[in-house]
Amino acid sequence: MRDYFALNASILYWTFLAPFRGKALRIAATFHQMVRIGVQAVPMTALTSLSIGVTLAMQGAHELSRMGATAFVPDLVGMSLLRELGPLLVGVVVIGRSGSAITAEIGTMKVSEEIEALEVMAINPVRFLVVPRFLAMMVMLPTLTVFGNYIGLAGGWAICRFSLGMNTDAYIRRVVESAHVMDLYSGMIKSIVFAWLIATISCLYGLTVRGGAEGVGRSTTNSVVVCILSMLVANALLTAFFFVVES
Amino acid sequence: MSEPVIEVRDLVRKFGNRTVLNGISFTVEKGDTMIIMGGSGCGKSTLLRHIIGSMKPTSGSIRIFGEEITTMPQRDLERLRLRFGMNFQFGALLQSLTVGENVALPLIENSRVDPEIVDLVVKMKLELVGLTGFEHLKPSEISGGMRKRVGLARAVALDPELLFSDEPTSGLDPIMTAVIDQLTLDLTRKLDMTAVVVTHDMVSAFRIGTKMIMLGTGPNQGKIIAAGTPDEIRNSDVPEVQQFINGLPDGPTPLKLAREDYIDRLLDSGEEP
Repeated sequence: MRDYFALNASILYWTFLAPFRGKALRIAATFHQMVRIGVQAVPMTALTSLSIGVTLAMQGAHELSRMGATAFVPDLVGMSLLRELGPLLVGVVVIGRSGSAITAEIGTMKVSEEIEALEVMAINPVRFLVVPRFLAMMVMLPTLTVFGNYIGLAGGWAICRFSLGMNTDAYIRRVVESAHVMDLYSGMIKSIVFAWLIATISCLYGLTVRGGAEGVGRSTTNSVVVCILSMLVANALLTAFFFVVES
Repeated sequence: MSEPVIEVRDLVRKFGNRTVLNGISFTVEKGDTMIIMGGSGCGKSTLLRHIIGSMKPTSGSIRIFGEEITTMPQRDLERLRLRFGMNFQFGALLQSLTVGENVALPLIENSRVDPEIVDLVVKMKLELVGLTGFEHLKPSEISGGMRKRVGLARAVALDPELLFSDEPTSGLDPIMTAVIDQLTLDLTRKLDMTAVVVTHDMVSAFRIGTKMIMLGTGPNQGKIIAAGTPDEIRNSDVPEVQQFINGLPDGPTPLKLAREDYIDRLLDSGEEP
């Protein structure tokens, strides 16, 4: 836990203070990481969000049709995606793709003395390796979440349009009317918090790997488990927080 | 003679209840090439790691360029590290960068030089270790011996005052070993660089060393059992030293355990000795 706070402090220092003291951010490396964490996750995020949008609409239609309220399916899809499932599922996708990769990559570098070599060359590993990944994650996870929300809504539309016979105009109007700005904001705030958790936890597990290939494997597993658990707990806390704030 | 570059006093390092370094003291003066010898697992690399500041000792003091590094804050340690280069045992190159980028790394990160000059320096340093034309390959595409040589090129990229080498010649062919030794000699004798080399290649040790220490194993674990100039070491009357430099299988350091010990340990299985 102490290591975790030390890492956070160090990330903040190298991101916000050091650039004004002549130690520039590694812009090129950050963009490289943004491509790996964000752009390359687009297909998987799209597929996940689409299937969730479709599923939500089908489940909603099934239940609501018994009360003759299929007109509320867009409300259900929009609300659930924006507030809960969008940020959470994109978080899971990114943990699986990038959180694990970050831990494994940094862990392997640790095991093969590369981190030590950086330190001996007076290159701070947090600045060199962690900050680009952290910044990329902070930008790309919310971006992917917005993208995933759109795709999920499109999935909902497909069911409403072709299965429930709702027309496209009505679907869009319904979604826009039912969703408040606060729904979008709460989802975005969540995904920013998740991005922070995923980046810091997966980097910490990478930097603290001990003992060869087995150690890298163990740390990667732990990193994914801890990322998902802490994300779920943070999600519950944030949901409670938003309910208190909004009421 | 001249001012000491490295001063190690009563260095002790324990891992749990195992004492790996036990009261090590020595001094390296400017222009010296200090050879650290000893059998496998005697703590040579651990000693080197303490001197470069990546491990902290249990007790004792290490002064580099007159500054105490064991209690030094990270920022000062980084400033000090700009003055020395370290050549790791397996190169420790960044796998995600090419050979050229690896050598350029200390230049780009720690100095403000023109990219064209960086390019030139990279070519020069790779030329030194006989790897011209390999700039664009990844470390995974070259052999282990080549990786070591790239590691050396990277270590001397900033023209350090002090060079650390962890087994620079193990795994190299005899000709390449001679080339690396000649390079170390040139750097130390002509450019007045100070070097600390960990090795158990005796030919190369006597070729480049101006001072030597030997760490003991077994009951003498973590202690210096012999120290001096190459001639003093060659004529040392410490039996372990003679066994080591002549590469004899039998002597004070037993190759195999005595018969009774062997049986004891077999029956004692499960417990670490």
